[in-house]
Amino acid sequence: METVPKPDSNVPPKKDRLQAKKKKPRRYWEQETTGTAAGASPGPPRKRKRNRELRPQKPKKNDTSGKFRISKKPRELKSPGPQRSLSGAQDPFAGPAPVSVEVVQKYCRIDKSKELPHPRTKTRSRLVAAEAQEEETSVRAARSELLLAEEPGFLEGEDGEDTAKIRQADIVEAVDIASAAKHFDLNLRQFGPYRLNYSRTGRHLTFGGRRGHVAALDWVTKKLMCEINVMEAVRDVRFLHSEALLAVAQNRWLHIYDNQGIELHCVRRCDRVTRLEFLPFHFLLATASETGFLTYLDVSVGKIVAALNARAGRLSVMTQNPYNAVIHLGHSNGTVSLWSPAMKEPLAKILCHRGGVRAVAIDATGTHMATSGLDHQLKLFDMRGMFQPLSTRTLPQGAGHLAFSQRGLLAAGMGDVVNIWAGQGKASPPSLEQPYLTHRLSGHVHGLQFCPYEDVLGVGHSGGITSMLVPGAAEPNFDGLESNPYRSRKQRQEWEVKALLEKVPAELICLDPRALAEVDVISLEQAKKERAERLGYDPDARAPFQPKPKQKGRGSTASLVKRKRKVMDQEHRDKVRQSLEQQPQKQEKAKPTGARPSALDRFMR
Amino acid sequence: MAARPISASRRGHQPPDQSWERLPRALSTSAPGPCERQAAEMSANQTAESHLLASNQLEDLPKDYALSTSGDEGDSAGERKHQKLLDSISSLNGKDRQKLAERSEASLKVSEFSVSSEGSGEKLVLSDLLEPVKTSSSLAAVKKQLNRVKSKKTVELPLHRKEIERIHREVAFNKSSQILSKWDPVVLKNWQAEQLVFPLSKTQSAFAPIEHVVSGWKAGTPLEQEIFNLLHKNKQPVTDPLLTPVEKASVKAMSLEEVKMRRAELQRARALQSYYEARARREKRIKSKKYHRILKKGKAKQALKDFEKLQKVNPAAALEELEKLDKARRMERMSLKHQNSGRWAKSKALMAKHDLEARQAIQEQLARNRELTQKVRAASESEEEEEGQEEGEEPLVPDMVNGVQIKANGLNPWMFWSHFTDAKEAEVQKDLEDPAEPEAQETSESEEERAVVEEETLLKEFEERRSLKQKSELSHMAEPVHRRVTKDPSSQEVLSELRALSQKLIMENHQSGKQELSSARTAQREEPAREEEEPVLLQRPERARTLDELGREGCVENKELPRTAVERLQLEKNLSNHIGAPKEKKRKEQMIDLQNLLTTKSPSVKSLAVPTTVQELEDEEERDQRQMIKEAFAGDDVIRDFLKEKREAVEASKPKDLDLTLPGWGEWGGRGLKPSAKKRRRFLIKAPEGPPRKDKNLPNMIISEKWNIHAAAHQVQVLPHPFTHHQQFERTIQTPIGSTWNTQRAFQKLTMPKVVTKSGHIIKPIKAEDVGYRSSSRSDLSVVQRNPKRLSIRHKKHLENNCVD
Repeated sequence: METVPKPDSNVPPKKDRLQAKKKKPRRYWEQETTGTAAGASPGPPRKRKRNRELRPQKPKKNDTSGKFRISKKPRELKSPGPQRSLSGAQDPFAGPAPVSVEVVQKYCRIDKSKELPHPRTKTRSRLVAAEAQEEETSVRAARSELLLAEEPGFLEGEDGEDTAKIRQADIVEAVDIASAAKHFDLNLRQFGPYRLNYSRTGRHLTFGGRRGHVAALDWVTKKLMCEINVMEAVRDVRFLHSEALLAVAQNRWLHIYDNQGIELHCVRRCDRVTRLEFLPFHFLLATASETGFLTYLDVSVGKIVAALNARAGRLSVMTQNPYNAVIHLGHSNGTVSLWSPAMKEPLAKILCHRGGVRAVAIDATGTHMATSGLDHQLKLFDMRGMFQPLSTRTLPQGAGHLAFSQRGLLAAGMGDVVNIWAGQGKASPPSLEQPYLTHRLSGHVHGLQFCPYEDVLGVGHSGGITSMLVPGAAEPNFDGLESNPYRSRKQRQEWEVKALLEKVPAELICLDPRALAEVDVISLEQAKKERAERLGYDPDARAPFQPKPKQKGRGSTASLVKRKRKVMDQEHRDKVRQSLEQQPQKQEKAKPTGARPSALDRFMR
Repeated sequence: MAARPISASRRGHQPPDQSWERLPRALSTSAPGPCERQAAEMSANQTAESHLLASNQLEDLPKDYALSTSGDEGDSAGERKHQKLLDSISSLNGKDRQKLAERSEASLKVSEFSVSSEGSGEKLVLSDLLEPVKTSSSLAAVKKQLNRVKSKKTVELPLHRKEIERIHREVAFNKSSQILSKWDPVVLKNWQAEQLVFPLSKTQSAFAPIEHVVSGWKAGTPLEQEIFNLLHKNKQPVTDPLLTPVEKASVKAMSLEEVKMRRAELQRARALQSYYEARARREKRIKSKKYHRILKKGKAKQALKDFEKLQKVNPAAALEELEKLDKARRMERMSLKHQNSGRWAKSKALMAKHDLEARQAIQEQLARNRELTQKVRAASESEEEEEGQEEGEEPLVPDMVNGVQIKANGLNPWMFWSHFTDAKEAEVQKDLEDPAEPEAQETSESEEERAVVEEETLLKEFEERRSLKQKSELSHMAEPVHRRVTKDPSSQEVLSELRALSQKLIMENHQSGKQELSSARTAQREEPAREEEEPVLLQRPERARTLDELGREGCVENKELPRTAVERLQLEKNLSNHIGAPKEKKRKEQMIDLQNLLTTKSPSVKSLAVPTTVQELEDEEERDQRQMIKEAFAGDDVIRDFLKEKREAVEASKPKDLDLTLPGWGEWGGRGLKPSAKKRRRFLIKAPEGPPRKDKNLPNMIISEKWNIHAAAHQVQVLPHPFTHHQQFERTIQTPIGSTWNTQRAFQKLTMPKVVTKSGHIIKPIKAEDVGYRSSSRSDLSVVQRNPKRLSIRHKKHLENNCVD
């Protein structure tokens, strides 16, 4: 990612002296130009200059003025000091470019707050090396944030004006033509309420009407790829890993079409599917059926990985957690259950509502989950550890559909109205007090999804499809290697191969994905135990404490014994303390035995 | 000489003294006296000195020996005997003492050492032999030799072959390990290196310093020449760009006067500093408690005065000061200073029985402690009680679950406390303020004021006395009278000044005292008096509020007598409680169980900017709907089901106890008979308690405790070598190394191969020259000897063992 080469010392290393000889001799002006170039541009070297209408001036994270320079640097980033050129002028920006600490912190993964058991010297050196490596990589990552030039859009009311009162027409009027073209309505009253899905790049849109109408199009250019009627009720549609494949949950079975509308597969093992979810990194298509089964279909090999019985009746609410690829199912008893193909039972169950759960949505970072239930409540849960509702709102009608945008905006479809809530900043939960935007549609909402990398919310309703403009919804910077909206066919094929090579096995899905980077303690302990049994002694056991001999005349036998005893007592005390910590539970249990047993009790039958 | 330990003879080999004993006998038994022959021969061939020596000895042999000098035996026999003698003498050297004396005659007594001791029964002692020759000096050599021989130890039995081999091996090992240990640093370096590139290239010699390069370089192109001409013309420094010559010259040119002035200035500053330091040191050394107490009070007063002044001049800064004071108060509160645990408090407690003052002091401190500890708690006290009650009723659900409803506005639940305190800010603020001016308490009453003034004067006098004492000590009482005379007026002046100041203060106090209610919180009370003067102060929000509160309080307890600070505080708390009552009640409502977690009314979204036409209609509908919902959900108890499910899950995940009771064993059996409780208890093997469940504290959550075997198969199951604990290892694998999470450079560096080889190159083994050692084997040793620290611990141990052996 780093493209800017460092003006390094020009003395060629002797190793390749031969090549140096062959090369053209270096001229002084070559050196001079680099020097003057560095000197001629004082101030922050590169500034963001792009300000679009929809994009606000965010407080610059990369602003270098107030931040200190991170001193611990890998060697090649550190220049040997103020370099002196021949003229005697000094480099005003000596050393590596400064990086903001907060940004670096963002990329740090080692949790240093955890206390480690005291390491030996060899181990310590490894730990230190690991930490240095982490710092180096995170600094590099922070530096490369410079390349994220785009800024998210925003919508701001004039002093005190409620942004929710701004209508779509006003927004369309205000924005540039290209953006305005992204707002459109498809009037499709004939084939009933529509479900819709954007491809991962955000370029393609597919939708399916209840009465069998399925279409896929490049919605930016409005170029239709295919349009068919499957002559069967369509419950859900979903793109697979690319826009070339399309899964349609039809009345009986699951069908897969290509972008020409040709039916490729009919998966009969997935029958009566109500909802579809695609896990892009695992190439898994998760289907929730009326029969209460959650089925995982590996689309790269065409095998069913797992079919799990949720034992909760009809499944009609499903969403995926993009952070850990866990599937969340909403049930009629007010719980949300979390599933992984590796486990036959839910990883967790959360009681969210008093009535049944109508919709579940999880934001892109996996930290917040929004649920709405039949009790007309909309709740926002924190998914990190506590699983507690952060905020709750009672909506007049209750939300039937929920969707999170890439930047954490929450959209809820209630009847024919769509409400969008926004948080204060990135990664902050949307505050449910004031809606950010509202929009009334021509029919009842049936499907909601924010378009990736575009400030657009797609709404499928009984009257067709509406594409709303929601400033600030999407991530402004896309990763060209990961999901490039402008990629060509060839690029897509390349990406497909790479993605398949990097496919994550299905059994790795678990609640905490970072747990995979932990040692399997159970097996470890087991192996240790077995080894000790086999050998007859524990080779790793600590040797009994042997006090070191003190200086001459100090180390009397009595003091040696005393020291030994001290350590022994300490260990004993620790043991007792540990056992005491466990005891109160037992005592509590033992207490309510009631009155003393009578001697005559023994005759009782 | 004769006293040789006998034990030596018990060994297998023969000690030298025995051989000495033997020698004369051997001589005696052998028939011909070899002496003359010896002499004759000596004259013939005087060869070795040793021989000479021996002959001398033998010449001087004692006369009582029966020397058969008759030359009846043959030449050959004489030769043999001579040879024997020579041998025996040469054996004196200790080389081959083991040679046994030959027996030539039959004798009855044969000693164990094959020495025949015929004739006289008594033992022969060497000293006897030597006695007569004590005086003769010519025997000194023999003595010497004898001594030398005596001092020599016996030769030990040669070691076993295997033993010898072992020692050889050990020595060889040590030597070779020493030689090899010079490679240790190299090996370690290579082992720890991030990357090794083979074939190993030599380390590059140092680069030439830039000056050399520059001096060797000459401007070639015309442009270069032009530039350098320019540079040289201006005398632009080429290598050291700090100062041009002109600048240097200007720096040099500083007038003499200026320099002098500067020097004087510096000197003065230095002197002042030293004075100040000396004074500080002196004051620091004063041990009097009274002095320090008075000093402290004086300082506090001064600070108060300064603060007031600051308030007038710069309200913002004063606010900051206030903050600082508040912080100090908090710190004090944190410390255990006013607990009864201090040494002073303990001693006072002892004295309190008898001493009224001590009792008072203790009570004062107690009051202060109470005051300090009560303050912040005051707001949340009643609520805590309620919480406690609730907990008793419903231990299943912790309160924090219910905390949600308060901040439906989307605040972090962790921030609950601060959120809550915000509401109480006014009260707390007010509370915080008054301990900031505890020192002001004295100022309120004029008498006390006077006392303080007195204290101050006392302090001054104290100091004076002290300095005086010191000075007198120093100056040897040179002019004490004069001093006092000079000092007195100055102290008088100080006193008068202080009086004036105190008077002013008293006046002020009287003015403000009219509006005042109690003796505490003078600083605040002085404010109303100054209201007209400084409207700026009023603009500060908190201050204004406190004033408001004050006013309110004034209304409430207008005619009440001044109370003690504690009482007052209590009252305030009540007041604030009273005010905050509705809020509190609301909060109490929110302390509810899981049931309420789901059923409580949450703020409904009335403010939705939905087109109003529908909204109005819906509003009425909504009420009906809510009613309907309530009715609809009245039957199915979602929560009870959930709790039941959770209980089942908990039970299922618990390790099972093992019951080994056999019914009917050791007691009556039969139908309907159960084994007794005692027996069951005895044969029940309790399962060890597992780790606490993850959802122990999450009432609305069931987390599966099942082990994900499939994922575990991908986890690391063996700790790699240097790590002793899995957490240490986990820390090293926490950073991802894939290109998805890293920049290209970082990815390349993280996935760099450990060893790189050049294709088509021969990788030769490392040589000593490559790492800077000389190659000869001797140098190998020298390297080791030069830095013995490089020896590894193992080798050192070996060496030590050898030493012990």
